[in-house]
Amino acid sequence: MSSGTLPALEGPATMKLEGVGIQLGQTQVLRGINLDIQAGQTLVVIGESGCGKSVFLKLLIGLMQPTEGRVLFQDQDLKLLSEKRLMRLRLRYGYLFQSGALFDSLSVEENVAFPMRQQGLVAEDIMRQRVAECLEDVGLPLSLWTRMPSDLSGGQRKRVGLARALVMQPAVMLYDEPTTGLDPIMTGVINDLILKVSKSRPVTSVVVTHELRTLATVADRVIMLRPLARLESWESQLAFEGTPEALRKCPNPVVQAFLGGHSVAESGPGAHSTQDSAHAAAPRGIQP
Amino acid sequence: MLGAVESAGSFAMFVAQVVFSIRHGFRWSTMGPLLVEIGFKSIGVVLFTGCFIGMVLAVQAHMQLAAYGAATRLGQMVNLSVIRELGPVLAATMLAGRVGGSISAEIATMRMSEQIDALACLGVSPIRYLAVPRFLACLILVPVLTVFANFMGIVGGWVVATKIHGIDSYHYWQHASQSVDPWDHMMGIIKALFFGGGIGLISCHVGLNATGGARGVGIAATRAFVISFLTIMMTDFFLGLFFARITPFMSQIMGGSQ
Repeated sequence: MSSGTLPALEGPATMKLEGVGIQLGQTQVLRGINLDIQAGQTLVVIGESGCGKSVFLKLLIGLMQPTEGRVLFQDQDLKLLSEKRLMRLRLRYGYLFQSGALFDSLSVEENVAFPMRQQGLVAEDIMRQRVAECLEDVGLPLSLWTRMPSDLSGGQRKRVGLARALVMQPAVMLYDEPTTGLDPIMTGVINDLILKVSKSRPVTSVVVTHELRTLATVADRVIMLRPLARLESWESQLAFEGTPEALRKCPNPVVQAFLGGHSVAESGPGAHSTQDSAHAAAPRGIQP
Repeated sequence: MLGAVESAGSFAMFVAQVVFSIRHGFRWSTMGPLLVEIGFKSIGVVLFTGCFIGMVLAVQAHMQLAAYGAATRLGQMVNLSVIRELGPVLAATMLAGRVGGSISAEIATMRMSEQIDALACLGVSPIRYLAVPRFLACLILVPVLTVFANFMGIVGGWVVATKIHGIDSYHYWQHASQSVDPWDHMMGIIKALFFGGGIGLISCHVGLNATGGARGVGIAATRAFVISFLTIMMTDFFLGLFFARITPFMSQIMGGSQ
């Protein structure tokens, strides 16, 4: 589709990856990824470190551009959008970074208000009200609102990051390892928040995680990526695509090794792929 | 070689984006804190540097001039050297270290902690939000700080000439005022504009392209200073050649003494 005007968008958005691959320097990180992300769905992306999960998220929001294939947001190819239009389109996304990525020089309130203030579209009192709602939604105590990010714990930073991501009422929420580095209690809190967001708002969510507990709590659908370094050129990078239930029953040893917490390094190139996995759900669109 | 061409291309693209951003929707309100950080907080170090430039120059020049019985011409030599050359170059060098390194380290830290990506995700251009205000602050403030450095250089030279070498204050200022014309001041300010713009652009570009965690931040700060310093030296040389050609013409236009 052309890079015409942005369509009006009330509800959650659909996204599509068509033959997407990306090479960073001399390293091929993703190859031949075909995927439909349906409106309102929560897709969880799992896989070993270095398999390209975070790159996958950055492709979805246009922070990186694919070297092959295309990424579509509501049928619009992100690569064809001008920088200005891509910036506007990103306002329809919320992105929770692994580290929170809060701005050091701004207080909690200022961080959450930042996107609204930069767009300058809303009156100051409405903006303050919206910021307060978002901070209350993520359960951050009032006493912390004027603190600087350096005074917050990891879990508190994640909550502020989530409030900032939600303040523009996004159509797509992207979570980059939202529970990494948190204690089990805080992991549960963040998982519940992700679930609450996806249930209470019309939003499409993509969650990159290592945590099986996060997967079990929030996923409607799961994909598992494998590092290309371990694959032959003809093997698919998607080791699994389907529902969480199908994932648990999937006989693919690579998938089971990941679920069991064992290293899959010894599987070696060509050990197992989606084609081998008869029970892997919905293998549609996976390139050989 | 390929890397150098790639870096030059990347820098040229960056400069084009900065210029485009200034013309399209830049917010001047973001400049306030930077004017304090880059300008106000640098005044002390620039005054100190300027003063000692003038004093050292006076000590060295006096030895040469006294041998020819021309010690009263010290004011002319010190003031011309400070205003045309040493004031702008050394003030810019100090600022490349103090401000350039700081800008580069700050932006590199933001890059490492994903704050730059966060800006882009929130629909805010990192170039417009971070690079443009810093570039403009350097562009505006380096010439202003150069004027401070020049003033203190002249004062420092005068102190050494009159209090240490016993040169009569009247003769010192008379020779100085006869030989320094408005174009000499203008040359120094034009040089400072180029130096300031260069420091701002180089520091931001290095910071935005930093990689490699905490070590990368340190490397970015050092790299920003080294590249800025080399750029100051090269720009000074080429501007010096250019000004040498146009100075007779410009001095006539501006009613100078030459």
